[in-house]
Amino acid sequence: MKFLVCISKVPDTTSKIDFTDNNSKFNEAGVQFIVNPYDEWYALVRALELKESLGGSVTTITVGPATDEPIIRKALAIGADNAVRINAEPGDAYFTAHQIAEYAKANAFDVVLTGKETINYNGSQIGGMVAELMGTPYISLATKMDLNGNTATLEKEMVGGVEIVEVNTPFVLSAAKGMAEQRIPNMRGIMAARTKPLEVIEPVPCDDLTSFVSFELPPEKSEVKLVDADNIGELVNLLHNEAKVI
Amino acid sequence: MSTDLYTHPDYYNMDDLLSDEHKLIRDTARAWVKQNVSPIIEDYYERADFPKQIIPGLGEIGAFGPYIPTEYGGPGLDQISYGLIMQELERCDSGLRSTSSVQSSLVMYPIWKYGSEEQKQKFLPKLASGEFLGCFGLTEPDHGSNPGGMITNFKDMGDHYLLNGAKMWISNAPLSDVAVVWAKNEEGRIHGLLVEKGMEGFSAPEMHGKLSLRASITGELIFNDVKVPKENLLPGRSGLGAPLSCLDSARYGIAWGALGAAMDCYDQALRYSKERIQFGVPIGAFQLTQKKLAEMITEITKAQLLTFRLGQLRNDGKATSAQISMAKRNNVEIALNIAREARQILGGMGITNEYSIMRHMANLESVVTYEGTHDIHLLITGMDVTGIPSFTREAPDLSKMK
Repeated sequence: MKFLVCISKVPDTTSKIDFTDNNSKFNEAGVQFIVNPYDEWYALVRALELKESLGGSVTTITVGPATDEPIIRKALAIGADNAVRINAEPGDAYFTAHQIAEYAKANAFDVVLTGKETINYNGSQIGGMVAELMGTPYISLATKMDLNGNTATLEKEMVGGVEIVEVNTPFVLSAAKGMAEQRIPNMRGIMAARTKPLEVIEPVPCDDLTSFVSFELPPEKSEVKLVDADNIGELVNLLHNEAKVI
Repeated sequence: MSTDLYTHPDYYNMDDLLSDEHKLIRDTARAWVKQNVSPIIEDYYERADFPKQIIPGLGEIGAFGPYIPTEYGGPGLDQISYGLIMQELERCDSGLRSTSSVQSSLVMYPIWKYGSEEQKQKFLPKLASGEFLGCFGLTEPDHGSNPGGMITNFKDMGDHYLLNGAKMWISNAPLSDVAVVWAKNEEGRIHGLLVEKGMEGFSAPEMHGKLSLRASITGELIFNDVKVPKENLLPGRSGLGAPLSCLDSARYGIAWGALGAAMDCYDQALRYSKERIQFGVPIGAFQLTQKKLAEMITEITKAQLLTFRLGQLRNDGKATSAQISMAKRNNVEIALNIAREARQILGGMGITNEYSIMRHMANLESVVTYEGTHDIHLLITGMDVTGIPSFTREAPDLSKMK
């Protein structure tokens, strides 16, 4: 079974967020980058678990410049067999999905896994676009996946219940919390990652379909008003006249 | 204990000096500590218990003998990687770092440097994985700063050595599978012997009543006519220089570790100063709080530069014992001062086990004394710059005066 796991570089969640170029570009100065947690904790680890029980291989793919390589090495340290980096500054989701789909089609993967979203842009677009471009089924927000021969059984959470889906390979999925548990690399893995293959491929020509005009930070949180428990009238008044929520 | 939110201060962009692999090793150790040790450490500390279950995990993250070559089961990393791992461990608890630096520098290091090929093959892979725990016996009840005066001795009995004596303040001792014991032969020359658990006449009782390093286990080593096989003598080096070279390696790890404890205290104090409101403003808005924080980050940044440079010198094989003494002494001192200042910023909360500051402070009282006391390290620097030793009350030897 050949697994392809999409790995994206994102800012650490504690990073201070601001923008440059007229608020149209994220300011990377001084930011610590990590592997997108949905890609790492759920998609990659589940692919590794299935490879360990069924055999096969796990390849990671990243669309990004050479500065993405530290996070790619981490994915290799966690246990991926080899990695591919498409050497391009990623534009919009379509550009990234197009690069991944072209590579996946050419190399006949059985399962392509992404995280349900990246924690920076939160677009949740890559999985669906890759599936469409490959002409395969797409299962989004999967919380569980098992494989029996070429048939996969997946679960996804719904409001008030669980949906169970069966699908034949090849297919694309996006992984949500519950799919697997975080794996911390061990020293053996870190050492092995030094020599695992990291192939750099030039991008196929593709134009962005969208462009970022500008970003805005959310408004500052306003101050909390404390209302005495005995003074319900004032609370109702504030909720009605000031917050205008009742 | 509240959630471990630690992020390291990096005022002078020291991360730019680290390789990607250094950062991966450090971040892995940190993630492992946050997942496996931070949630339990206060409980074990309070009960004065050693969390034995974490030993295999320490092996997996490379905390046991990081610089031991791969042919002996180690990861074969550089000295800066070793330092970074020790920093992450002591950032959580000095006892955790003690367990690892004893295993690495005081047990694996002498076997690797001075052991026979058979000794290396027999012990190093098991020590690297954590299957074996080891300890180091140098200090005696009456010989701490003056290890050369040791009484523990062995006699050549033809087909074995007969070992007698006692060691004290030995980290890991009660749980150890092997002890590297320093003892004098009949000519008074110091040698290292590998004393294994279960040898007749050998016991390692636990010492109780420590109000510091409570989550690490400490004991005595008692040798009562212990028959040590001749193949258990470390053949590569003898004399006081042999154990002192191990201490160089361990003190180097402590320099990084103490800095980790300082960084943890600062990180918590900075966060708390922005959250705690008094007189209607965060206490970080007060000049006296800012003075404390500014002095802390200044000392941390200086220590980071000192320690990183020492790592480069260790990598090149050029670090002197005196340079290591300076870093150990400085970093433990600034860590203690920072712990005390950070405790003040946290006010009453600083004395509770909701925060690690008071635990760091108590731990560092051991660290400032063990592996060369604060004063002895000062005398080492003094001797190094003048060329005159001043360790005893006797007339000094002026023959090497600079």
